[in-house]
Amino acid sequence: MSSQRSALLSIEGLSVHFGGLKALSDVHLDLYPNEVVGLIGPNGAGKTTLFNSLCGIVQAQGSLSLNGKRHDWPTTDELVDLGIARTLQGVGLFPDLTVLENVMIGATKFAEGGLIRAALGLDGKKERHLKDRAMTSLERVYAAGIADRRVDSLPYPVTKRIAIARALVSEPKILLLDEPAGGLGSQDIEWMNNLIHNLSATMSVLLVEHHMDVVMSVCDRLYVLNFGEVIASGTVDQVRTDPAVVAAYLGVQANS
Amino acid sequence: MLTILNTSLIGITAGSIYSLMALALVLVWRSTRVVNFAQAGQAILSTYIGYEVISRTNNYWLALPVALVAGAVIGALVDALLIRSLTKRSANGPLASIAPIIATLGLLGVIRSVVGMIWGGDLRQYKAPVSNIGFTFGHTTIPFSRYNLLIVITTIVVMIVFTVIFQKTSLGLALRAAAFQPETARLAGVKVDRIRTVGWAFAGATGAVAGVLITPQSGLSPNSLDSLLIYGFVAAVIGGLESLIGAAVGGLVLGVGLAFIREYVNSNLEFPSTFVVLLLVLLIKPGGIIAARRGRSA
Repeated sequence: MSSQRSALLSIEGLSVHFGGLKALSDVHLDLYPNEVVGLIGPNGAGKTTLFNSLCGIVQAQGSLSLNGKRHDWPTTDELVDLGIARTLQGVGLFPDLTVLENVMIGATKFAEGGLIRAALGLDGKKERHLKDRAMTSLERVYAAGIADRRVDSLPYPVTKRIAIARALVSEPKILLLDEPAGGLGSQDIEWMNNLIHNLSATMSVLLVEHHMDVVMSVCDRLYVLNFGEVIASGTVDQVRTDPAVVAAYLGVQANS
Repeated sequence: MLTILNTSLIGITAGSIYSLMALALVLVWRSTRVVNFAQAGQAILSTYIGYEVISRTNNYWLALPVALVAGAVIGALVDALLIRSLTKRSANGPLASIAPIIATLGLLGVIRSVVGMIWGGDLRQYKAPVSNIGFTFGHTTIPFSRYNLLIVITTIVVMIVFTVIFQKTSLGLALRAAAFQPETARLAGVKVDRIRTVGWAFAGATGAVAGVLITPQSGLSPNSLDSLLIYGFVAAVIGGLESLIGAAVGGLVLGVGLAFIREYVNSNLEFPSTFVVLLLVLLIKPGGIIAARRGRSA
């Protein structure tokens, strides 16, 4: 991607240690506006650790810039305010709540202030506003029709859509998707491909994915991690033919 | 027949107050996974503040909201100044889950001593705002007065208010989310620390209401709410420690049960029976008899 454009998110020299174990070392990554970037690599390569360091879940060393400005590694609490939203590998929804309630939780940043009024439910207009936002978000993943269903009554592929709706409701500029195609059948995967492609019109997407078809069809660029280091990066075609990648990862997939 | 009715009425009044205390404990347990022994201390301090209002203005109806707000502020402060940092500092350590609970026990002692230093140890009294004499039907006076009615109605109102907050408002949604899966809630943008403090404030307010309501019957001293803490705790355990409805039902079951034991078995057995109930519930149904399905929906 052209270096003239300033990166929305830029990571340099990221290292993460768990005790004596080096989970990530000297990782760099740039994410430009409206691009879809894939993070691939074998199990244990450090993909989810990279997400976790971006989300304040593990302690990270290295530098981070947002919109070209240096920024401390975010705490989990401030992510949404920074315009970053994330879905989780295990979906991470609240099973006892309805679809709409789950998505509304993602909208709480718009509910700030007026604690006592909020407690008494006096701010009816604001409450309706939140509900409208959540419904709009559900429409984007074609799930508005099931807003009142409890999440634990839904099939897995549908819950993945709800998780994305909850991430979208905070109106992120950067969306982190943790294995969006994991556990989906071919029809749902195609649907997810289209959705990710459409989302890139309004935000940048960074995704971790094992499903190579998805990676190849939705990503503009890829970073390949192996043993906690970036061993290759570039466009899909560049990475596909990179000998280090073929050896470390794609080759194994092709043979298996 | 009349005795059964009378005993039930006595039990319902006592049980209502147990429910409020149970609710205060449940609100804190749900939001921070802390059994708050300091709740009795927070409530006694709030009640003394209400007592000050009554002795200066002679107005119970002013004292109740003042104590309620004081209780909320005290609750919020306990979390923000003590529990929050203690939870973070002891996380992953050997005392992770127990350190904040031990701290609440210490805090109970501190608050009690401070209250004793300010107001002394003597039993203080204030009058109920409405008649404490039982309603009379024909020639029969039942052990249920206007004041008992006030206690029951206040408890019902508190339960309804919290049910509405939890089920119908976005704040309630955030409270439920933070209680269920704090890390996921954080990722979704819920300010979990702030929300937990709100839970403590709600609990503090509820405990204060319990204290102000029970005092015309029990009198006020630095230790006067200790037994209420125990009753409230047992009621909360009966209700599964998780649900608001569980706290309400747990309080009523305990209140009525103990009233019958006092009336029909032996009044000396009332207090020990509380612990027998606690042991039985823990042995037979450790999740509580009203354990909400996977907990925390209401």
